[in-house]
Amino acid sequence: MKQTLFEKVWRRHEVAAETPDTPAVLYIDLHLIHEVTSPQAFTVLRERALAVRRPELTFATMDHSTPTRTEQVFGGAPITIEAAAHQVRELEVNCAAFGVELLGLRHARRGIVHIIGPELGLTQPGKTVVCGDSHTSTHGALGALAFGIGTTEVGHVLASQCLLQKKPRTLAINVSGKLAAGVSAKDLILAIIGRIGVAGGTGYVIEYRGETITALDMDERMTVCNMSIEAGARAGMIAPDESTYAYLAGRPRAPQGEAWEMAVGQWRQLPTDAGARFDKEVDIDASALEPMVTYGTNPGMVIPISGTIPQRPGDAAFAKSLAYMGFEQGRPIAEQPVNVVFVGSCTNGRLSDLRDAASLLRGRKVAKGVQMLVVPGSQEVKREAEAEGLHRVFLEAGAEWRESGCSMCLGMNGDLVPKGQYAVSTSNRNFEGRQGVGARTLLASPLTAAASAVRGRVTDPRELM
Amino acid sequence: MDPIKTLRSRTVVLAMSDVDTDQIIPARFLTTTTRSGLGASLFADWRYASDGAPKADFVLNRPEAKGCTILVAGDNFGCGSSREHAPWALTDYGFRAVVSTQIADIFRANALKNGLVPVIVDQGTHGWLMEHPGAEVTIDLESTSLTLPGGQSVQFPLEPFARYCLMNGVDELGFLLGRETEIRAYEQRRAAQASE
Ligand code: SF4
Repeated sequence: MKQTLFEKVWRRHEVAAETPDTPAVLYIDLHLIHEVTSPQAFTVLRERALAVRRPELTFATMDHSTPTRTEQVFGGAPITIEAAAHQVRELEVNCAAFGVELLGLRHARRGIVHIIGPELGLTQPGKTVVCGDSHTSTHGALGALAFGIGTTEVGHVLASQCLLQKKPRTLAINVSGKLAAGVSAKDLILAIIGRIGVAGGTGYVIEYRGETITALDMDERMTVCNMSIEAGARAGMIAPDESTYAYLAGRPRAPQGEAWEMAVGQWRQLPTDAGARFDKEVDIDASALEPMVTYGTNPGMVIPISGTIPQRPGDAAFAKSLAYMGFEQGRPIAEQPVNVVFVGSCTNGRLSDLRDAASLLRGRKVAKGVQMLVVPGSQEVKREAEAEGLHRVFLEAGAEWRESGCSMCLGMNGDLVPKGQYAVSTSNRNFEGRQGVGARTLLASPLTAAASAVRGRVTDPRELM
Repeated sequence: MDPIKTLRSRTVVLAMSDVDTDQIIPARFLTTTTRSGLGASLFADWRYASDGAPKADFVLNRPEAKGCTILVAGDNFGCGSSREHAPWALTDYGFRAVVSTQIADIFRANALKNGLVPVIVDQGTHGWLMEHPGAEVTIDLESTSLTLPGGQSVQFPLEPFARYCLMNGVDELGFLLGRETEIRAYEQRRAAQASE
């Protein structure tokens, strides 16, 4: 039988197949946990006197509510939000009590969970990867089946290393054509979401395919898979290939020596067989794409940067969303004044994203009155960026350079967009209040974010290239 | 988890589509390390003014919403973050079912694990419910149907296993722990393959 990448990974992890009466029991190879969605799961283990079944397959970090100011991470300054400090302490206590490896607040390899999984080589092709976080879809860029779960399920995996799952359907997104200069992976995934809608992938696992996808480097592939959830799909996958193996080779937790050769041999079996069928297919031509920017309160409300906000007379929800944003139907998005620019998150907080942003900031200044925050996705990304001098580019331009974490992507740690202000953000969600109460978020690529920071207005990065 | 067989209640209608989990419970309330007490923060940014006073025009603050256990919302409810705090907040507030035309995957899975029944109905039924806030409806798990005040019933999809768990107050963890022999056999099979 010809199989898709998803089917191969799914089948290899079935402890028990789905029946008409019961869901499948799926084995989990890698379980990532963080401070926000794990405490209640550990409470259940305690209540039932259960151990973590395979502690060596679980890996913890802290990222969501952690501070990004150096003095709060490495100096003596306390975490300002007491409840966040409590969560951090609780994760430390839980990991120690249950024997789970933790990259704590001051660890040199700490970072956003979806950045460090691949970076450390923990995420590998063919693995099942879960985390109590919807952007676990990111890890699918390496050919893993990776999806977000809730806290009760975090408890299930801790206690049994398994999950009960209904088998999803498969959606192939076939992308052809070369991305134009100044148009990035972020623009591609925003365009895909604009096309299929924020619920277009519900019930499906997406496989991104085609020459455009194959040509993406691993950082770019992660950006694409990251936002699968924004199209409603729990997981996005890309077949492993030479780029994947080159990325993983030599990473600290990747197999080494003979084990590496064996692993690569197995990974080569994973790509979708020629002629395998998907439940649904969508074709996208990438060659005509422009930089994309959102104008509303969900990621499907997106237009090319040269475009105008659509007109939908009589659509009350649409009108409400625009009222929140302070926008009118039919007006251009370019030249919209901007107050805050955020470069970071698990979507665009990797080294290549920082390089993109720095390329437009070099020798330029952030516009007067604009606050720009650059937050590397991990401490390793931070070190690499500093080794290249990128931090100096940001600092000289007048941007802030922080320690790694989720930061302004969800504003749990106090990094917030003030009420009513406009933020161009490289993160993944422009929901009402996502970056702070009343904050107005415009999602875009690191290039567009940097260009907009320089001009203080929504700007097509190609004007500065 | 309390068993649920039948729910009968007036509805509260939230006339919004794509209601995401950041709206259901904003991130600043996620610093909690317990599950209880989140009902007070449900829909916080819509429900309260910046000084903390309830906004009179928000549906949950109207007197007729009191005691309702069934929430009817627009298309694609529960999209966004995987936070289980969303169903915790809804159930802590008192909701036992959410009705929409489409409910996001992770939210749906989380809801089922917390005794919140996800009810997906057709456009026509949904349209009627949206236009008739406060209608008294019945949700029956035995027949997986929703019955309107006029007596018409529509079926909604619910996997047999999820239905069984809801109706019997069974939690999935117990079921998984009961599969230990199979899980161990699977691990041994994998280990043997790896050393070949
Ligand atoms: S960076 Fe944002 S989207 Fe990514 S894990 Fe953190 S909060 Fe979630």
